[in-house]
Amino acid sequence: MTSALRTEQLTKRYGRRTALDRCTLDVPAGHVVGLVGPNGAGKSTLLQLACGLLDPTAGRIETLGERPASGSPRVGFVAQDTPVYGGLTVAEHLRLGAHLNPSWDATLAERRIAQVGLDPAQRAGKLSGGQRAQLALTVAAAKRPELLLLDEPVAALDPLARRTFLQGLMELTAESGMSVIMSSHLVADLERVCDHMIVLVGSRVQIAGDVDEMLAGHHRLVGPRRPVGEGSGWDVIEESHTDVQSTLVVRSTAPIDDPSWQVNRLDLEDIVLAYMAGAAGGAGRERVLEGQR
Amino acid sequence: MIEFHLDARSGVAPYMQLIQQVRHALRLGVLREGDKLPTVKEVVARLAINPNTVSKAYRELEYEGLVTARPGVGTFVTKTLGSLSTHEPLRASLQDWLAGAREAGLDNESIEALFLSTFRSFSEART
Repeated sequence: MTSALRTEQLTKRYGRRTALDRCTLDVPAGHVVGLVGPNGAGKSTLLQLACGLLDPTAGRIETLGERPASGSPRVGFVAQDTPVYGGLTVAEHLRLGAHLNPSWDATLAERRIAQVGLDPAQRAGKLSGGQRAQLALTVAAAKRPELLLLDEPVAALDPLARRTFLQGLMELTAESGMSVIMSSHLVADLERVCDHMIVLVGSRVQIAGDVDEMLAGHHRLVGPRRPVGEGSGWDVIEESHTDVQSTLVVRSTAPIDDPSWQVNRLDLEDIVLAYMAGAAGGAGRERVLEGQR
Repeated sequence: MIEFHLDARSGVAPYMQLIQQVRHALRLGVLREGDKLPTVKEVVARLAINPNTVSKAYRELEYEGLVTARPGVGTFVTKTLGSLSTHEPLRASLQDWLAGAREAGLDNESIEALFLSTFRSFSEART
């Protein structure tokens, strides 16, 4: 099975600023992948490299087994500010899409426009944020791409528009089986829809993998204060200590059987925050985990 | 046809919540043999969740022998689960046990902790 996205030591610099630093990833096709990280972590850069709008400074990137080429019919991209042409009507957007894309699915486009209640005669400039996002998604999906890249698609939407957008996106995904990679700085937006996650902090991939495995493999340990032994069979992601107590967030595939620790579950947001805090602490560099299938 | 819902705060994985809701509907008799489950597309369009989550839940239910997928037609219930009447005697003996624990001086928190730790080691030993 080909990978939706594969990178090897991928690096992108803008002048002296490094936006992406030696990222190695392998994301299998057929998943909905969340790309999370704080603002400025390199999420947009990675997506733009993946759709061929940018060229890497060093390293390799492949989407669907090919070098990214801008305008490829196999890859769809919706940029951050849900780009639509303000002066064109909804119907004109669909005609333009049909004209520019040989693989255009007019039935799908018209059905979706009707389903989300857009007036074909309405100018895009007059649409609400949620309606503009739905229009941009419809245009991208009607291309029938095998991989759809979305940069912060719901960041600017109110909660109802956000839910409606994600419902539409998941329906399209179920129908077509396309792979999706979407970025967000809010984990809560991605929790339900993504089965795969890439955590990007400070230009580097902190962890990437299956969401269920990620949830099962991370624990919060609370216990009497102790020095942290490296040989305890787990990776410490984040730690904090008071004079009597130690609290750790660890990654371990084996169950924690030391009874002096109280072991708690973490949700996805806790895990992502722990990686962010760990990376910000400076020691994160040594704990960078390889992207894995 | 049943309708699924998700509890984001429960700490239970979404696919497991779907499985539990089907089992629950089977126990209550809301779902019977031959009934159709909503399609993957219908579930994701309603809940805004990942299609793979729904497929995973349906696969698991199929593995348990509770449903069968007929390609192009849908997923159908093939088995009903034991009725609630079998719960009653068990509930009564659990109530007796709880009364005994209270008499022995355990408070609610201790009872819950004791139950959970025993339940965990019991189910780990059985799997």
